[in-house]
Amino acid sequence: MSTRREAFGSGVAAVAPMLPGVAPFGVIAGLTASGAGLSALQAMAMSASIFAGASQLATLQLVAQGAVPAVIVLTVMTINLRFAMYSASLAPHFQHLGKRWRLPLAYLLVDQNYALSINRYNRGGADAGDTGHWFYLGSGVTLWVTWQAANAVGVFMGSSVPRDWSLDFAIPLVFMVLLVPALRDRAHVVAAVVGGVVATVGADMPLHLGIVAGAVSGIGAGLAFEQWAASD
Amino acid sequence: MSETALWLTILVAALMTYLLRLSFIQAWQWMSVPPLLNRALRYVPPAVMAALVVPALARSGGAIDLSPDNLRLVAGIGAGLMAWFSRNVLLTLGTGMGLLWLLQAVV
Repeated sequence: MSTRREAFGSGVAAVAPMLPGVAPFGVIAGLTASGAGLSALQAMAMSASIFAGASQLATLQLVAQGAVPAVIVLTVMTINLRFAMYSASLAPHFQHLGKRWRLPLAYLLVDQNYALSINRYNRGGADAGDTGHWFYLGSGVTLWVTWQAANAVGVFMGSSVPRDWSLDFAIPLVFMVLLVPALRDRAHVVAAVVGGVVATVGADMPLHLGIVAGAVSGIGAGLAFEQWAASD
Repeated sequence: MSETALWLTILVAALMTYLLRLSFIQAWQWMSVPPLLNRALRYVPPAVMAALVVPALARSGGAIDLSPDNLRLVAGIGAGLMAWFSRNVLLTLGTGMGLLWLLQAVV
């Protein structure tokens, strides 16, 4: 019993240093929600149900631009495709658990607790397999509570921020901070350059499909470059 | 967008996001990741993030504008340098918003 509590506690401790990076992002999501025309209830429902910063911000940007719902959903799915990759990577470690564990654990899956947990599983150790889901739960619950609190602070502040503060500009700034560590090698840079250029040129595409077009062509360009570099 | 459409959009987006998270965790026994998909997924973060950042900076008033008159582009380049060297959310936000407010006040 105590090893479970220890694993949960070390999950909380491992994620704690990441919280100062997560919280401002959540505050921005809450702040920009009211600017995009969401009620406080809608903003918090979005934060609790989607629970993924980049896709929440993209949703707000598209709602403000008047995009149709199907395109917003498609954009959210493109941004969150990475969760399927994380899901595949964690799946073998969750197989001994029943549905009562797997369904809620999946809900808590985000970038930070994925990275921490997969490292712990890969490092191994005597009880990594037995208590790994408690570690994951500890970091996931901590992230969830922090995220909801930060969004709530933003929603609360949002109503008092004047429109001419150009707060919508905070959205691309946050994405910039996420873009930098994603540029890991030349193939990733190619994916980013093509994605950015296609989305910019394609911004006049019907239905605001420019972001999806940029993402798809960027992914294709990254793959093509990887192939080309390997054959060289 | 109407109230109902906005609610539906949020809920469907949330459901789809949950299904992506649950996908392999739930269906491991009869599903494995095709190698090509696995490689493609690695390029999702740079491609998506750039597709969100670049148009927000390089377009102004409904058209591509790469001139110094595009204040968001100028402020965004400054913030990009800060993001590159610091990798810090608060410093990047501070630099970008600060530059934009400064430029808006001066120009």
